[in-house]
Amino acid sequence: MAKQVSPGVLALRKVVDDVHTEAREAKKRGELVGWSSSKFPCELAAAFDLHVMYPENQAAGIAANRYGEILCQAAEDLGYDNDICGYARISLAYADGKRAARKFDPETGEYVIDPSTGRPLKDAEGKVVMDPETGKPKKDPKTQTPYIVLDDLNEINAMPDGPEKERRLEAISPIRQMQIPQPDFVLCCNNICNCMTKWYENIARMHNIPLIMIDIPYNNTVEVDDENVRYVRAQFDQAIKQLEKLTGKKFDEKKFEQACANANRTAKAWLKVCDYLQYKPAPYSGFDLFNHMADVVTARARVEAAEAFELLAKDLEETVKNGETTTPFPEKYRVMFEGIPCWPKLPALFKPLKEHGVNVTAVVYAPAFGFVYNNMDEMARAYYKAPNSVCIEQGVDWREGICRDNKVDGVLVHYNRSCKPWSGYMAEMQRRFTDDLGVPCAGFDGDQADPRNFNAAQYETRVQGLVEAMEANKQAKEA
Amino acid sequence: MSAIYTLGIDVGSTASKCIILKDGQEIVGKSLIDVGAGTSGPQRAIEAVLSEAGMKKEDMAFTLATGYGRTSLMDGIADKQMSELSCHAKGAAFLFPNVHTVIDIGGQDVKVLHIDNGAMTNFQMNDKCAAGTGRFLDVMARVLEVKVEDLGRLGAMSQKKVGISSTCTVFAESEVISQLAMGTDKCDIIDGIHRSVAHRVTGLAHRIGVVPDVVMTGGVAQNTGVVKALQEEIGCPIKTSPLTQYNGALGAALMGWQAASRRK
Repeated sequence: MAKQVSPGVLALRKVVDDVHTEAREAKKRGELVGWSSSKFPCELAAAFDLHVMYPENQAAGIAANRYGEILCQAAEDLGYDNDICGYARISLAYADGKRAARKFDPETGEYVIDPSTGRPLKDAEGKVVMDPETGKPKKDPKTQTPYIVLDDLNEINAMPDGPEKERRLEAISPIRQMQIPQPDFVLCCNNICNCMTKWYENIARMHNIPLIMIDIPYNNTVEVDDENVRYVRAQFDQAIKQLEKLTGKKFDEKKFEQACANANRTAKAWLKVCDYLQYKPAPYSGFDLFNHMADVVTARARVEAAEAFELLAKDLEETVKNGETTTPFPEKYRVMFEGIPCWPKLPALFKPLKEHGVNVTAVVYAPAFGFVYNNMDEMARAYYKAPNSVCIEQGVDWREGICRDNKVDGVLVHYNRSCKPWSGYMAEMQRRFTDDLGVPCAGFDGDQADPRNFNAAQYETRVQGLVEAMEANKQAKEA
Repeated sequence: MSAIYTLGIDVGSTASKCIILKDGQEIVGKSLIDVGAGTSGPQRAIEAVLSEAGMKKEDMAFTLATGYGRTSLMDGIADKQMSELSCHAKGAAFLFPNVHTVIDIGGQDVKVLHIDNGAMTNFQMNDKCAAGTGRFLDVMARVLEVKVEDLGRLGAMSQKKVGISSTCTVFAESEVISQLAMGTDKCDIIDGIHRSVAHRVTGLAHRIGVVPDVVMTGGVAQNTGVVKALQEEIGCPIKTSPLTQYNGALGAALMGWQAASRRK
């Protein structure tokens, strides 16, 4: 029986689908479509009714669909270093026209199926069907997918119109992340990280398109100084001028105010959803929050996103009232998962957590994207507070706060090879968590998008060790 | 009351080790085969330890597997598997009841465990990198054309300090080759290699905090040169036992005994 998906989750998925569909259709109509970093003030773009796509969200989806390695490799073949962020490599390859496409056999006229893909075949009673020759489960042909090869959209577009051109376009993976239109402008705010700066400059140069940059320096103090606010406000004003020039329209104050109101409403609803993780047991798995991030990133300024989160909060209220949970296993331990998930290896990430009853009940994105503001200055202050641009004291404070509120037994830290800040400061953070919270912390090497940097056996050992340490702690407290 | 025999199997990356424990106290058999996960090593180690103890597999009240190859033994051989982290902690606490920090340097892993009341409460492991592990020493021994088991003795004869990189095994290998080409004494190079391992491992240990008593386990603990260098870097005495390489298997047998006792 298919898993029941709550109305709130369905609504959230629809919002993101709509954002992508509208962007594709806008591009077909000849309208401008931009690419934006995840924490650029989307309210400014919304004031001009601009369609905007989000490469970080795109890369996460590409990686989760197992196309991350082929695009990372394509970026490296273009000359980008293997050491730079996996999201950046995927995005730069995509910007260059590289696409993941299904492998086609001209002799059979069919896509070539990869025999290693697919789920086990089950009979009418739901039992797995074994292959008598190999002794292994048979694969359900309906769930198998073709081999993936690299194609080039620029090369395809340069072909004369005809069946071969159509075939190659059709072969490009149909997932929405592989159908995002090329950009007409780019919006970059480097509060997320410094890699962002060069990444977006590269895209702008590649396509010879306008780049609107908001520079938000790393902040060494917990408080955002008035001088910092003035610096960012001035850049907001400059960005508005640039957007007016780009669109030929005047800045619409009413639309801007509405976008801000929507973004605030979305943030409040997001925080409310996150707060449900405080319940013991939690009514859902914290891993689901990573999926819902797509709405926070791509549709924060849309009223539909706020409404979808409010609906999800209602669903969770019901779930709690009924003493239920959507977590697919009994919750034995509660952990904070620190860092971005390893998108290409989600099943491997989930396997030992499920096996040992470890539920993720705290993630830093909860407080980090729950910012609300009442005027432009407060908005500038809010945008100063991205996880990688705040000082370590603020970063630790956020995380320890949710660890305490959400009653975690341990911390699982992803040393993300793609992200220099999000691996560089983790050792010190981990040390502070251990000292301040008195819970065991385990770290593992991985990557948000490049599967070559993750090793399942090493990860499983560390999770198992964390579980054993949490159990020892539990027993010591009970004694 | 009849004795409870438990079998602990530690299938590591480079070696398979077994211990048979009687009533969670007395070691009645041990074996070590120099190949690990994915080889015939585990089966041969099991056969060897049973033969030494004069026992059969059916005599074991509980069999617990640990190490990288632990899950492969769940198909009819082991009753349970646990990570080598807890097993090393258990084994070290058995040998040294006052232990609070365990430093285990294996074939390709380095772990530092924090122990409270005989149980592991926190740990740190090396990154995806062989620097500072047994693999590092294997590579160096090959380049120097000496046996791994002679490294400790040879390093003790060093007269001059030579610095060797602790960042990367491959780069360190190049450095050693350069030193040899310059005519540097092998014993001095070996001492430098030992200090390189100690430097790397100390960095990891400080991430979790070093609290005495400090015990070193794993195959590399048999290298007296590494132990001495680590003591100097950490700044406190390090205890070892002749059973260092069996520590994981010992811990597994002890965990097995606890499980068997709960069953009764």
